[in-house]
Amino acid sequence: MLKIGGVELRSRLILGTGGASNLDILERAVKESGSELVTVSLRRVDAAATMNGGLLDMLDRCGVRVLPNTAGCYTAREAVKVAHLAREAFETPWVKLEVIGDERTLLPDGVELLRAAEELVADGFQVLPYTTDDPILARRLADAGCAGVMPAGSPIGSGLGVANPHHIQLIRQSVDLPVILDAGIGTASDAALAMELGCDAVMVASAITRAADPVSMAAAIRHAIEAGRLASRAGRIPRRFHALASTPDEGRPHL
Amino acid sequence: MKDVTVVGAGPIGLAIAWRCAARGMAVEVVDDGLRGAWHASAGMLGPVAEAYFGEAQLTALLVESAKRWPAFAAELGAEEIGYRAEGTLVVALTGDDLAEAERLRVYQTGLGLPITPLRPTELRDREPLLSPRVRGGAHAPDDHQVNPRRLVPALRTAATAAGASLVREAGPARVKVVAAGTGSAALTGLPVRPVKGQILRLRAPGHQPPGFSRVIRGYADGRHIYLVPRLDGEVVVGATVEERADAHVTAGGVVELLRAAADLVPEIYEYELAEAIAGHRPGTPDNAPLIGPLGDGVIVATGHHRHGIVLTPLTADLVADLVETGEPDPMLGPFAPGRFA
Repeated sequence: MLKIGGVELRSRLILGTGGASNLDILERAVKESGSELVTVSLRRVDAAATMNGGLLDMLDRCGVRVLPNTAGCYTAREAVKVAHLAREAFETPWVKLEVIGDERTLLPDGVELLRAAEELVADGFQVLPYTTDDPILARRLADAGCAGVMPAGSPIGSGLGVANPHHIQLIRQSVDLPVILDAGIGTASDAALAMELGCDAVMVASAITRAADPVSMAAAIRHAIEAGRLASRAGRIPRRFHALASTPDEGRPHL
Repeated sequence: MKDVTVVGAGPIGLAIAWRCAARGMAVEVVDDGLRGAWHASAGMLGPVAEAYFGEAQLTALLVESAKRWPAFAAELGAEEIGYRAEGTLVVALTGDDLAEAERLRVYQTGLGLPITPLRPTELRDREPLLSPRVRGGAHAPDDHQVNPRRLVPALRTAATAAGASLVREAGPARVKVVAAGTGSAALTGLPVRPVKGQILRLRAPGHQPPGFSRVIRGYADGRHIYLVPRLDGEVVVGATVEERADAHVTAGGVVELLRAAADLVPEIYEYELAEAIAGHRPGTPDNAPLIGPLGDGVIVATGHHRHGIVLTPLTADLVADLVETGEPDPMLGPFAPGRFA
């Protein structure tokens, strides 16, 4: 079972709610996904979301755990402040730490990220940093005491999938923590690949929330994560340059 | 004792009161004096460009109400309320934006809605002020606009002329109609939440009409905005969509809206920034309104979310029918207030 910060999770799918335009459809997608952990931006929601019919009210009804994130922060200082506000608002020491480098790529600023992570770990947070696919930075974040690492497959919302599978494998080998593929998932096969590469979980937002049919896509990605997980443990065959007959000649009757 | 008390004096409440009074009922409208979502609203009547995946029933309702708009506007004085029928252009700035706009246009075309793709030159033949950078878009000829700040006073006049009275406190009545927007949650317990929107009003130099006449729905570097030009020189630029209850205008909200608007129509750099406000749409879980009976002697007409202005004529007609006959129109089936219980 996936264990983050001492908590066991049956589902290896973590959801984001960004991009959802219809809460009723989102609710059905959350239920269909089987996810037990849903990330919410402190900066984008407030008391309105807790009201009857609001986002947090809906997540509460789904029985999922809320993972606050620091989306929209550009400096370590901002992110640390938002994380503290989130701890108060959501009464959880968990935080998905996001420190964005620029708005065109929305890729993480590794320098600011590491600073913020160190500070938040010292303040008693369970830190899950959204990081690049750089294995060295992932190791530094692990060394800083993070509860897991969340490397980007490709830029947020791009749907480009896992751009550098080799680096994701290197991260898997270089840290002894949960590796959660974050950002860039476009469709089910991307999530399956991430799991085959050895990730412990996959975080998905846009691929589900902005799909034409989010409920079906949630089901597809749930199945893909299960399939990828099974495949990663089943021991795939080596890649070969030439064919190898699956039905050998030996033992055939000579007619 | 009145026949009908309407709680809420926004466009929905006033239009219901007007229609009921015109049918000879004794009507009062409770007006708390607060400005609702309409005050911030741009007044787009855009059932086609608004149509989104998974909301086909809502789209059908919007289309039906939009059909009633020309006659509704004529009754109130089309020019008086700023009704304009020049249509809407969907405009995409980058290749990514065009892919997103096209995905939706194909869906809308599949529903049989009138929207046709346009190349950049075709867009700029129609609106030469569009940035030369635009990559493409579409034309939705049936998506019109009205000025909500002119509509509401006109409805107030029409309702009172038909015999409805405006009051501060509700008196006894045979039927109570709750049309109180975001205030409806507290009155009924129904899931209506405030969905914050920041919106700007610009003004063309010399209060001349802006150099473009169609509503522009823009996709600009992943931002979704609209520009609504009025004959008096006003251009409404909106809007953010935030799950927040506060009414602050933020620097970030203004930057995002203006950057996207200026990328699409560079001329607005010269316009006066006349107003920046935040309003709250009465949102429901499925983005569709709650219209129908709610227990004895209570009818609700609320939760119109982004669509209050376009849905005003149809909501008023169907609620007046409901008050008169006691039976909801079959068209209201998917919008029953109790559907989330």
